[in-house]
Amino acid sequence: MSEHSDELYQQVILEHNRKPRNYGKLALSTHEAEGYNPLCGDHLFVRANVNAEGVIVDVAFEGDGCAISKASASLMTAAVKGKKVEEAKILFEEFRRLVLKEIDPDKDPHHLGKLTVFSGIWKYPSRVKCAILSWHTLKGALDKEKTVSTE
Amino acid sequence: MLDIQKIREDFPNLRAHGRDEKPLVYFDNAATTFKPCQVISLTHSHYCQRTANIHRGVHYLSEVATAEYESTREKLRRFFNAKSLYEIIFTKGATESINLVAHSYGRKFIKAGDEVIISEMEHHSNIVPWQMLREATGCVLKVIPMNDQGELCLDEFQKLLTPRTKILSIVHVSNSLGTVNPVREMIKQAHAVGAVVLLDAAQGVTYEPIDVQAWDADFLVMSGHKIFGPTGVGVLYGKEKLLEAMPPYQGGGDMILSVTFDKTIYNRLPHKFEAGTPNIAGVIGLGAAIDYVSALGWKDVMQYKKELLAHGTKVLSAVPGIKFFGTAKNKTTIFSFTIGDIHPHDLGTLLDREGFAIRTGHHCTQPVMKHFGIPATARASLAFYNTKEELDAFAKALIKVIEVFQ
Repeated sequence: MSEHSDELYQQVILEHNRKPRNYGKLALSTHEAEGYNPLCGDHLFVRANVNAEGVIVDVAFEGDGCAISKASASLMTAAVKGKKVEEAKILFEEFRRLVLKEIDPDKDPHHLGKLTVFSGIWKYPSRVKCAILSWHTLKGALDKEKTVSTE
Repeated sequence: MLDIQKIREDFPNLRAHGRDEKPLVYFDNAATTFKPCQVISLTHSHYCQRTANIHRGVHYLSEVATAEYESTREKLRRFFNAKSLYEIIFTKGATESINLVAHSYGRKFIKAGDEVIISEMEHHSNIVPWQMLREATGCVLKVIPMNDQGELCLDEFQKLLTPRTKILSIVHVSNSLGTVNPVREMIKQAHAVGAVVLLDAAQGVTYEPIDVQAWDADFLVMSGHKIFGPTGVGVLYGKEKLLEAMPPYQGGGDMILSVTFDKTIYNRLPHKFEAGTPNIAGVIGLGAAIDYVSALGWKDVMQYKKELLAHGTKVLSAVPGIKFFGTAKNKTTIFSFTIGDIHPHDLGTLLDREGFAIRTGHHCTQPVMKHFGIPATARASLAFYNTKEELDAFAKALIKVIEVFQ
């Protein structure tokens, strides 16, 4: 494969696809939502345990999907664990803007960290939904929506 | 024998680039086909020199456009060997054609408890209109199952046929599996219980010559863009006596003889079913596509595609971890597959980066995916302008893609 700095399938993504973090169920979850992308059949659950202080003390996902959706869910759970709900929502917004190329991670301020591996995905509009499905599902869970669809 | 290089020159889109300026290999012909210059230039010259509405004006351009439009009807009549021009209705595609039959024939002739038979491998467009009919009439929808090779279980089909079977609506060639169904035999069996048969020939029209009289099909539907013609135009063939008995599907201009506020008299066939200004340039372009395909000659096209199928099956079988879906004895140049646990969308995107255009997903056949317990497949679908060299390159690219995931 050709190597570009904007390469979609970077090592980080491939590695999170192979060994997704925070995969499975939670012993205790206060928030849960199901996400579905009818276009490709990506389907996942995101569960979170939010304490009285509004901190996401634990978060997990499970389901089926492509490498992009799985890696994105894995990176997302790693990014929001230990964060406050409000901080997670800010990350959601920044991530949403990143994948739509509304922010330039090299110039604009953000808190995305490793999540910038998805910065090249705007070139593949049909795959943006794969990357953002888990985020919409997390947001749905935090907002107490039961099911989330990318359509 | 076909001169493939010469044929390829007729299709300018084959010379286009894929992503990142990569030379393009177009293997998504079951989704839509490229158009030869003959189609493009005729459509172009219609808009440049002969733009007019049809069946209306007394002026010169309108008469020319009408003649061109109607000459396409004659081309389609000949292409399918229909008995009369009244039997060729222009629609916007196969989907609209099925909806027309389900709506017009279905709501007039199908009653609660009547049975409509479809199959497990239908495209959504040959499922949903019948579910809508079920909703409206209370008819029963029965489904012919398929085996794991993607072939219809004909024994089961026999059992589904009853005196209450009124419609068999069946795909000729499956878009997601490539299976060629034994529709001629199935038509006979359906007729034996008094049912009418609709053939979904969206893919079949590029597979083999269809003779609606010899096959005794009651209805047949197709889309222009899958046979190297423009998008937004399709055909419904129907036996004249059936179409005559059916009420109009849509009301509007061109489908009437006279209108007063008390009473409207509908136009005769085929205009009764062509309300409003149709896709005139599209129909004319489709005429050029039919001419093109007819001139190639079926025998050579079928022989060449047979070779492509054999070659593709051979080189793709050597790709580690590949699993084919749709291995029917009778099939066309459609390769539906997965590789290990790599999601088809990842395959699609990585192949796209190498210049290969394939389809990934459920191909509007979710029941087929359900049968195999998978969410999606990757699908390479080839036309006569594709080559063995492209297949070799494709197999190589697949191996390269697999390496990314190791």
